[in-house]
Amino acid sequence: MEFIKDPFEHLRIPIGDWTEYVLQLLVTNFRWLFQALREPVDFVLGGLEGLLTQAPPLLLLVVFTLFAWQIAGVRVMAIALACFTTIGLIGAWEEAMTTLAIVLTSILYCSAVGIPLGVASARSNTFDKWLRPVLDLMQTIPSFVYLVPVVMLFGIGNVPGVIVTIVYALPPVVRLTNLGIRQVPKDLTEAALAFGASRGELLRKIEFPLAMPSIMAGVNQTIMMSLSMVVVASMISVTGLGQMVLRGIGRLDVGLATVGGLGIVLLAIAIDRVSQGFAQDARSRNHLKWHEAGPIGLVRKLVINKKHSE
Amino acid sequence: MAASTPPVACSNLWKVFGTAEKEALKHIVDDGLSKEEVFDRFGCVVGVADATFEVAAGEIFCIMGLSGSGKSTLVRHINRLIKPSLGSVFIHGEDINKFDERRLRELRATTIGMVFQHMSLWPHRSLIDNIAFGLEVQGIGPKERRKIALETLEMMGLVAWADRYPDELSGGMQQRVGIARAIAGNPSILLMDEPFSALDPLIRRQLQDQFLELSRSVKKTTIFITHDLEEAVRIGDRIAIMNDGVIIQIGTPEEIVMSPANDYVARFVEGGAKLQVLSAKSVMQPVASFRAANPIDDAAFDALTSVDPETKLNGIIQVALDADTPVRVVDDGKTVGVITSRDLLEGITVPSRAG
Repeated sequence: MEFIKDPFEHLRIPIGDWTEYVLQLLVTNFRWLFQALREPVDFVLGGLEGLLTQAPPLLLLVVFTLFAWQIAGVRVMAIALACFTTIGLIGAWEEAMTTLAIVLTSILYCSAVGIPLGVASARSNTFDKWLRPVLDLMQTIPSFVYLVPVVMLFGIGNVPGVIVTIVYALPPVVRLTNLGIRQVPKDLTEAALAFGASRGELLRKIEFPLAMPSIMAGVNQTIMMSLSMVVVASMISVTGLGQMVLRGIGRLDVGLATVGGLGIVLLAIAIDRVSQGFAQDARSRNHLKWHEAGPIGLVRKLVINKKHSE
Repeated sequence: MAASTPPVACSNLWKVFGTAEKEALKHIVDDGLSKEEVFDRFGCVVGVADATFEVAAGEIFCIMGLSGSGKSTLVRHINRLIKPSLGSVFIHGEDINKFDERRLRELRATTIGMVFQHMSLWPHRSLIDNIAFGLEVQGIGPKERRKIALETLEMMGLVAWADRYPDELSGGMQQRVGIARAIAGNPSILLMDEPFSALDPLIRRQLQDQFLELSRSVKKTTIFITHDLEEAVRIGDRIAIMNDGVIIQIGTPEEIVMSPANDYVARFVEGGAKLQVLSAKSVMQPVASFRAANPIDDAAFDALTSVDPETKLNGIIQVALDADTPVRVVDDGKTVGVITSRDLLEGITVPSRAG
């Protein structure tokens, strides 16, 4: 009778125990594997972080501004200049550079893994069917849940922080690459095949360029999500702006938390605007090649004009 | 014609769409099921049923049918964009079923050019890069590609647009680029899938003329898909009429118009009423264009039988049959036009040119 009233009192799947068991198994036997996985992330992150935190801020400011101009035009250049200047003025420059290094590393690996996965799921419906729930899981599972296992397997610090961020931020670039490739009009791919293109040429010369706005929208989403992961990741002692916020909360130091938070927002605005420049299609850029626009275009024009006048 | 290998030949080509393709095919072969029975029993749609034809070198072969008749499906078998369920396609005598991926790509890049109904130009590539795509995938260098692409654009009168992009062009110009792209690789065979259907009538006419002129000069074996009998008669050396995946009749325009194989074809070509309506002046072509296409001397030209501009079609047909030559149209002692047998046929098939 008792049983019928509340069967769950007696029937229990010990999912927690299983997880702990599996994790323990992984930690004792395969920690070397996860430590090896750290290496490539460590390499890129170390280099970027060293570069961004060691270089003189004024030089970086000039480089960022010119880069924004090249990629996204004069208006975005003004926005980026304003954002980075403010970050410097509120005293969050160094932390922002650390965060930027972490975000850039995450984007690099998310793109390197996500774009091929997206292409594969655009090619194969079966693969898409299996990958979709995995992506759903990655997006919905609260990041706190995998924070502990990641620490057990990878340790603490910036590198595991990047790994946590990749898990969280990977899905959009996969989904939007898949969508972008599937949305390339069928008659355009058929025409490419009719003129003798191989699958690889079809992908490189037709599908990728035409899907680029969609893929870049995915990368843009990935960037935004990795920025939103910054504070959570600071719990596993990732340094940077997130740590400022976390420390501020811990000490009830509203001022410090505000500086950190504002830094994240400004960084997000700047990166978002610049990365949207990549997503423009050729028509809205007036079919200009990259070397015909921005500062490089300007220099080129000056050089060519000079040659002509001589 | 029988002596040399035809550039394109299809034999007993079937295409069945659906999950039960294999099983349906087996029953088609063994029990001779009809299309309807195949659909009822297997839920499979027959796209092409038992198509057999040959196209001679330099010939323009029109495949005419309404939408859904399987003509686009049929033509895609010729460059193997669609794999046949059964039957073979021979290109210059070689069975392309036996080709591996690499040879197929080579065939598509070098031997067969294709023009599409909706142009299908790649919006992110300049005209040059669109036209040179086939050359690019063959591994030809950029300088050489540009040279060939410019020559081809020159032929289509679009050289000034070489570095522009497709979205800057009108529909008619885009399709000229489509044709340029198809002939840039100097293929021996052209597949044209309703190339002019999406264009407005005036531009269509203009492009048909330009295509015919081009076709006379480059002499390519052409398979031309259309849903328009007028176009088929204007352009085709021979016409195949397709309905529901079946080729109903293959013949010269004259044969199709004069002796349709069944009611379906007859309904297409019904022009009986026009015989009494149309007059010589509405079907004749200018003297200059006739003489340009047919180099005969003045004496021979003046010796051609003549009719009055107001003579009706049925009267002209009688005269033309008796004379077995083109007919001059003479108004007040002056030759104002010429009517060839093709002009007559066009007069019969063109839907609304009552004069």
